[in-house]
Amino acid sequence: MKNSPPVAVLQRIRSRYGTALLVALALVVMSIIVNMTPLKEQTWLRVLFGVSALNFTLRATVPLVLGALSGILCERSGIINIGIEGMMLAGAFGGFVAKTSTNHWPLVASLVFSVVVAMAIGGLMGAIHALFSIRFRMDQIISGTVIIILALGATSYLYNRDAIAEGKFSSIPIPGLAQIPVVGPVLFDNPPITYLALILVVVVHVGLFYTRWGLRTRAVGEHPRAADTVGINVNLYRYVNTTLGGMLAGLAGAFLVLEAVGQFQEGMTAGRGFISLAAMIFGNWTPFGALGAATLFGYTQALQNELLLAGVTQVPRQFISMLPYVVTIVAVSGLVGRVRPPAAEGKVYETEGSE
Amino acid sequence: MTQSQPSPNDRHEPDSPKLEAQGITKLFPGVVANKEIDLALHKGEILALLGENGAGKSTLMNIIYGLYQPTEGQILVDGNVVEFHSPRDAIDLGIGMVHQHFQLVPVMSVVDNIMLGSESVDRGLLNRERVAAQIQELADRYNMPVDPNAIIEDLPVGVQQRVEILKALYRNADILILDEPTSVLTPQEIEGLFAVMELLRSQGKSIIFITHKLKEVLRIADRIAVLRRGEMVGEADPKTASQENLATLMVGRKVTLEVEKEPASAGDVLLELRAIEAFTDRGEQALRGVSLDVCAGEIVGVAGVQGNGQTELVEVITGLRPATAGSVLINGRNMTNAPPRRITEEGAICHVPEDRHMYGMVGAYSVADNLVLNSYYKPPFSSGLTMNQAEIAQHAEELVARFDVRTPSVNTSGASLSGGNQQKMVVAREFGRPISLLVAAQPTRGIDVGSIEFIHSQIVAKRDEGVAVLLVSNELDEIMALSDRIAVMFHGQISAVLPRSDATREKIGLLMAGVRADD
Amino acid sequence: MATAFPIASLQRVLRALFIPALALLAALLAGAIVMILSGDDPLAAYSGLFQGAFGDGKGWARTIRKTVPFILTGLSVALAFKVSLFNIGASGQFVIGSVFAVAVGVNFEGLPAFIHLPLALIAGIVGGMLWGAIPGFLKVYTGAHEVIVTIMLNYVASLFAGWTVYAGGTQGQTPGPLWDRTAGAISETQDVLASAQIPWLFGPPYRVHYGIFIALAAAILIWWLIFKTPLGFEMRTVGHNMRAASYAGIRVNFTIILTMALAGGLAGLAGGIETLGLNHKFAPEFGGAVGFDGITVALLGQTHPFGVLLAAFMFGALDGGAATMQFESGVPADIIQIIQALVLAFVAAPLIIRMIFRLRQQTQEEAASAVSTSWGGS
Repeated sequence: MKNSPPVAVLQRIRSRYGTALLVALALVVMSIIVNMTPLKEQTWLRVLFGVSALNFTLRATVPLVLGALSGILCERSGIINIGIEGMMLAGAFGGFVAKTSTNHWPLVASLVFSVVVAMAIGGLMGAIHALFSIRFRMDQIISGTVIIILALGATSYLYNRDAIAEGKFSSIPIPGLAQIPVVGPVLFDNPPITYLALILVVVVHVGLFYTRWGLRTRAVGEHPRAADTVGINVNLYRYVNTTLGGMLAGLAGAFLVLEAVGQFQEGMTAGRGFISLAAMIFGNWTPFGALGAATLFGYTQALQNELLLAGVTQVPRQFISMLPYVVTIVAVSGLVGRVRPPAAEGKVYETEGSE
Repeated sequence: MTQSQPSPNDRHEPDSPKLEAQGITKLFPGVVANKEIDLALHKGEILALLGENGAGKSTLMNIIYGLYQPTEGQILVDGNVVEFHSPRDAIDLGIGMVHQHFQLVPVMSVVDNIMLGSESVDRGLLNRERVAAQIQELADRYNMPVDPNAIIEDLPVGVQQRVEILKALYRNADILILDEPTSVLTPQEIEGLFAVMELLRSQGKSIIFITHKLKEVLRIADRIAVLRRGEMVGEADPKTASQENLATLMVGRKVTLEVEKEPASAGDVLLELRAIEAFTDRGEQALRGVSLDVCAGEIVGVAGVQGNGQTELVEVITGLRPATAGSVLINGRNMTNAPPRRITEEGAICHVPEDRHMYGMVGAYSVADNLVLNSYYKPPFSSGLTMNQAEIAQHAEELVARFDVRTPSVNTSGASLSGGNQQKMVVAREFGRPISLLVAAQPTRGIDVGSIEFIHSQIVAKRDEGVAVLLVSNELDEIMALSDRIAVMFHGQISAVLPRSDATREKIGLLMAGVRADD
Repeated sequence: MATAFPIASLQRVLRALFIPALALLAALLAGAIVMILSGDDPLAAYSGLFQGAFGDGKGWARTIRKTVPFILTGLSVALAFKVSLFNIGASGQFVIGSVFAVAVGVNFEGLPAFIHLPLALIAGIVGGMLWGAIPGFLKVYTGAHEVIVTIMLNYVASLFAGWTVYAGGTQGQTPGPLWDRTAGAISETQDVLASAQIPWLFGPPYRVHYGIFIALAAAILIWWLIFKTPLGFEMRTVGHNMRAASYAGIRVNFTIILTMALAGGLAGLAGGIETLGLNHKFAPEFGGAVGFDGITVALLGQTHPFGVLLAAFMFGALDGGAATMQFESGVPADIIQIIQALVLAFVAAPLIIRMIFRLRQQTQEEAASAVSTSWGGS
C-alpha cells in the first residue's frame, strides 16, 4: 500500500470497477493524443484512434452499456438475466411497430412514443422472466433462454416485412461543449438515447451505492435471508429490478431501431445481449466498470468497420467480424481474473415457513 | 400443559410478561416442529431455552420473530395479542434476534449491515455518517467496540456477533433472542458475551438464550425452559438444577456426559505434516506453516475458533486443496498434493467431511449409491465397463445394518434421511473399509444426541483398533471428551499441542484467542 | 430392477411422460390463442400441420428426416445437463461438424465408401468435439462460464463456416477454401463425393437416409454410458454435487471437459449426418437453428436419452408439418417457433403446468430431477 497516490488510485479503480475501465480510459487518452497532434497524419493511427473510430465506438457501446446496466439491475438483486438478448430484440420490435403505426405523427412525438413502447415491451419481458424465476422456480438460465427463443419466434411471426419506419433520432449538439476539439464531436454531438445511456450509467451507480433502494437491492442479491430477517420483501425487490432491467434492455432495442438503424431486421441484436452480459461481468457488476467494458467491446466492433472502410482485404472480413465475439471470450476467460458475482444469484429464495 | 408458572407474583395484569407465547403449534410437511408450546418472558430476565439439535428451538424463535407463521397459537407482547406477518412487525414491537448463522451481508460494511431495512435517508441519499455515530454510541454504552466502516467478511466471528447484537439494539429491541450464540466463541469470549448479556439485563432488556450447552445455562440463566421433540417438557431453576437432570430432561433418557475410553497406546507416527502453507478460495493465506504428527492408536483433536485454517488443513491432507509449501506424509509416503483418490487408496485414509451436504453425499442419490461414492469403480461394484447394481445394493444392506442407518430402504434418496442418519451413512461408508488414518471434521455437527453418542463410540473404537485419528471440531467439549492430545489452531498455525491431561478449558481458550502459552 | 418390477417401471415411465405431454398440450393451446389473437385459424393450422407431418408417405418422410438432427442435438444438450453444464453451443458445434464432414467428403476421391463415409462422419464428430471442448476447457481452467463462451463460439463458428465457402468479394477478397468454383457468386461447397454420402433408405422423393439408425444407436449408447458405466456415475456425480465428486476422488475437471467434448461430438455428428445424408454440401444457410432447438428437445425429453428420442420426434413432426401448414392455412410457419418456445417454458417450469391443469404439488422425486445449471455456483 506504499504506492504513490496515482498508482494507488488506479489500483482502487481496478479492484472496484475491473480492468476494462482502465483499458477504456487508456484508449480514450490515446485517441485524444493522436487527434491533437501530428500523429493523426499516420494512416494506421487514424484508423485505430481517429475521431471516426471513436464515433463508431460510442454508437456500438450504447446498446452494450444499456444491456449491461440491465444485467446489473437484475443480477445485483439475485436474478441472472441471460435473456437480455431477447428483451432487447423484443424491445426493438416493439419500438419498430410503434414507430410504423405512428409514422403520421410529428416525428419527435412518434419517436418518443416508440421509445416508451420499446421500454414497456422490454419491461414486460423482464417481468415474465421474474415470474418464471421466482413464482415458478424455473432455473434462471433456462428461463432466460425461454425469453430469447420466445422473442426470436414472436418477432419473426409478427414481423410485417412491408412495414417501414419513417425517420429516426438525429444528433443534438450541446452548445458550447460540442465545440471542444476531439471530445466535443465524439461525446457532445449525439442523438438523445446516447446521452440518456451515459446519464443512466451515473444514475444507476448513485442508485446502487447511495440510496435505500440500492442498499436493499444489493443485500437481496448477496444474502436474501439477511434482508428477509430485517423485514425486506426479497421477491418484491427482485420483481421490480428485473422489470426495470427489462426496460433498459428494451431501451437498448429502441436505440437500435430508432437511433442507429432506423428499421427492424430479424435477429438484429446479433448477440449484443450476450456481449452486454460479458461487459457486466468484465465490469465487476458496476455501472462504470460496465461502461468501460462496453466501450472496449464497442471498440472492437468499430474497428471492424474502420478496417473495412480502410480497405483492409488481406484478412478475410469474416475474421474481422469475429473480433467482438473472440474478444468477449478472451475477456470472460483470461482478462477478468477473479470476479465475484452477487452471492445469491441464481437461487430461488423461499422462507422455510412459507407454503 | 405440563409446566407451572414459576413464581406467583407474575400473574397479574400490571406486570404481565414482556413476551408470551400461547399454545404455539407449527407443522411442516410431514413434521410437527412445535406442539402446543407455552412460554413467558419477563422484563429484565434471561430465559434459557434448552434442547438438543432438532428439538424445535429455532422454529419457535423464528415464529416469535415473525419469520414463520404458527399453525396454531398466539403471541402476546406486553399483554396484547399480536400478529406478525414479517420480521418487520416483530422488529417494530421491539423484538430483535441474533441468528445462529449470522444474517450479515459479508461484502458490506458494518454501517450498511446495521441500517439495512431501517435506513437513515436524507434527500434520497443514505446518511452513513449519522448511522456510524449512532453505532458508536451504542457500542460505547454496551461495551461492544466495533469499527463501523469495517467490511463484515474481514471481521472475526466474535466481532460479527457484536454487529448482530448492535443491529438489534439499533432497532431499539427490548427483547433479544440469541440463537446458539456461544457455538462460535472461545471460552473467554463466551464470558465476554455473558457480561454483555448481564449489562443488557441490568438495563431492563429481556433475553431468550437458546443453547444445548448445559454448563452455560446454569451459569447465566434466570430461568430454564426445556424443549424436546417440539414439546415443552418442563422448566427448571438454575439454582437447584444439575447438569445431569437437565440432560435427562433434554434427551428424555439418562445420558452419559463423558465418553468412556481407555488410555491411548500410541504407536508409530502415521500422519506427518511439515510446515504446510495454503490459501483460501479468496486468495488469502489460510495456513502459515502447520506442522503436526498423529500416531497410530491416538486421537489428536484440533481446537480453534472456526475460520482459523482448520477447514483448509483438512482439505490439504485429503488432497482437496493444494498446499503451496510444506509436505504431507502418510505412513512415511509423501502425499503432498496427490490426487484425492491416491491419498484414499494408498494412504488408507478416510475422511468424514465437515459439511456432509456439501461434500459428503449426493442428496439425489440413493443410500446405496452414496455408500459407494468413493469405491464405485472398484470390483465388485464395477467390473470393466459396467456397474453391478446387485453388488452395490447388497453392500448397502450390510452397512446400513452394521451402522444403524435408519432408512426405509437402500433405494431411498440420501436427502430424505434425517441429519443424524445422513451422518451415520457417511460414517458407515468411511468406517466400513480397512483404514489406517481417520480425518474427522465436525463429525457430530447438528445431529441428535443418540447419533452423537454412536459416532463418538465408533471413533474411539477405531482408535483402539490402532487407527490414527485427527479430529477437528468447533465444539471444545467434543475435543476435550475424545482427544488424547489437543492441538490448538490460531491464525493458520498450530499454536500449541498439549497432552489431554494438561489441557484445561481456560488454557485452550486463551490459545484459541491467540494468546501464546509463554506470554 | 427393470426386469424384476415391470409394472413399477411402467408406472415410472408414465409418470415421467406426464409433465412433458401436458406441456406440449399447453403449448399447442397457447399457440392457438396466439393465432386467434392475430386473426388466424388455429384449427386449420393444426390440421395442416398434422397433414404435413403424417398425412402421407412424404409427410412421414419429412418428419423422420427432421427428427434425425433433433435427436443428436437434443442428446448433446441432455448429456451436458447431466453434468450441470448448459450447452447452448450445439448450434456452433453442428456447423463446425458440417464443415469438417464436408471437407473430408469433397476430398479423397477414389476412397471406397466403407472408408470414406465413416471418415467423413468421424471428421464431423471431431470438429464438434473440438468446438465443444473449448468451453469445457475454459470453464475448468479460467472459470469462464460455458453459457457465454458457447454462445460466442456459435457466432464464431458461423463466421468461420461462412468464410470456408465464401465466394470472394467485389473488393478483391479471396474466396474460401471449400468454395465451389463453379457456383459463381453463390457461397457453397461442391457436392460431397458419392463415396461419402449416406445411402438412402428411401430415395427421392422421400429422401430418408440411414442416418436415423445412427441417431438411434447414439441414443442407446448415451443411455448406456450415463446410467450403466462408472464413467456415467462420475458424470452424474459431478452434475449433482461437484464438491462431493472431488471428495470422492473423481477428476472433476477431466469429466467436465470430456462431457463438453462428447456433447460437441454429438452435435457435430448431427451436422455431419445432415450434410452427408441430406444436403450433400454445405452452405451458410444450413446453419444451426437445429442446435438451439436441441435445448428444448433435451428439456422436453427430461434430459433422458429415450425421452429425447420422443421429444425429437415431436419436434420433427412440428417442423415437418410447418410448411404444409403455412401453405394450407396461411398461418406463418414462424408460429412453430413460438410453440416450441412455449413448450420449453412449460416443460422447464412444471409448476406452470400444475397451475394450468390444477394438479397437486410435485413429489420430492420430481423436485430432485428438475434441471438446473451451475451459474456462479462454484
